[in-house]
Amino acid sequence: MSGFFLTLWISLAVIIAGSALGFLLGILLSYGAMPLRWLIRGYVDAVRGTPVLVLILATYYLLAIAGVNFTAIQSGLFALSIFCSAHMAEIVRGALQSIPRTQIEAGRSIGLTFPKILLYVLMPQALLQILPVWINTGAELVKASTLLSVIGVGELLLRTQETVGRNFMTLEFYALCGILFFVINFALEQLGKLAERRFAFVRRGR
Amino acid sequence: MSYSFNFGVIWANLDTFLLGLALGLALAFASIAIGTVLGLVCAFASLAKGRLLRTVVAAYVTFVRNLPLLVIVLFAYFALPRLGLRLGKNESFIASLSLYAGAYLTEVFRAGLAGVPRGVIDAGLAIGLTRARVSLYVVLPIMLRNSLPALGTTFISLFKDTSLAATIAVQELTFVARKINVETFRVAEAWLAASFLYISTCLLLAAGLRRLERRFPKF
Repeated sequence: MSGFFLTLWISLAVIIAGSALGFLLGILLSYGAMPLRWLIRGYVDAVRGTPVLVLILATYYLLAIAGVNFTAIQSGLFALSIFCSAHMAEIVRGALQSIPRTQIEAGRSIGLTFPKILLYVLMPQALLQILPVWINTGAELVKASTLLSVIGVGELLLRTQETVGRNFMTLEFYALCGILFFVINFALEQLGKLAERRFAFVRRGR
Repeated sequence: MSYSFNFGVIWANLDTFLLGLALGLALAFASIAIGTVLGLVCAFASLAKGRLLRTVVAAYVTFVRNLPLLVIVLFAYFALPRLGLRLGKNESFIASLSLYAGAYLTEVFRAGLAGVPRGVIDAGLAIGLTRARVSLYVVLPIMLRNSLPALGTTFISLFKDTSLAATIAVQELTFVARKINVETFRVAEAWLAASFLYISTCLLLAAGLRRLERRFPKF
């Protein structure tokens, strides 16, 4: 069971850290200066183009030779946060670019500075589109956290494998593990649907 | 910290890397093929009149989509033999990935089906085609074209998911990279090479997808 809680904790930490970074990157990607945009674009495409497993393994080994002494958990958190930030950057960028330019112009015409425009005009509209996809990304991250078992992080899947190695009740334990993961993700999905329904009222007007 | 880059190791093992990539592509291709068939069947089934069929399909999709792929892969390879189903490594991985792909593709195809204009189906029925013929000759092409973008992105992410085969020791790209890493300690080179191969394949696939979309204009 400790594996279960570690899975939850890791997923939560990664979602928070990765989303924060991804949010920032997404905003910069949409409205930043050209060179900055290229840099971020390159980063996002590179990260999204590699499988998560490769990302996790590469970070684990590369951090070691770079002299940074991360534990397995820390390197795993780092890798997954990078993955999450790249995904979030794409999502935020997509949402921001789908808002008509007129909104920004309207904001300027009533005298708001750009940061204020961002906060009061763009964000509420963008968040509406980001929310469902964000929950989706969260669920994917929970699933990706299982890959951390490969570098020895004692999360749910690894603990299951250890237990199975001890008492050979393979089927029962893998099934239990599957059910637990299903419960986590299903709960996330229902949360997403609930959130969507509650914010749906804003769709009117525009 | 001093790390001297030595890419000679990569060139020496280039064939292993490329074989790993080829195996990854082959695994992806097989799983996608089976998954597409599965997805098409389930997508059409989800519109069936029978309540039971729809529930079964919905249960399958919800269940498989909420499980981590790694759990499915390990379950298929380690736990299924308990039930008497003992498959080889490649086959078991293809089965797992196909199941996973089928669930995702069902959703993609369902969205594509929903985008088929009702009028077109009625037109088909009006000129005397049977329901089955309408589904085959009218709905299917439109649905395929509608779901092409989502289909493409799903294909690309399924290709990236083949890297999980490395956990059950299938000799694909990630496994090869890890092996080289562990054997020669050329950490950066091995992983840079692997990442480069993955990223370039994904970019090529994405470019191919865009060309395909342009060739078949939207209905």
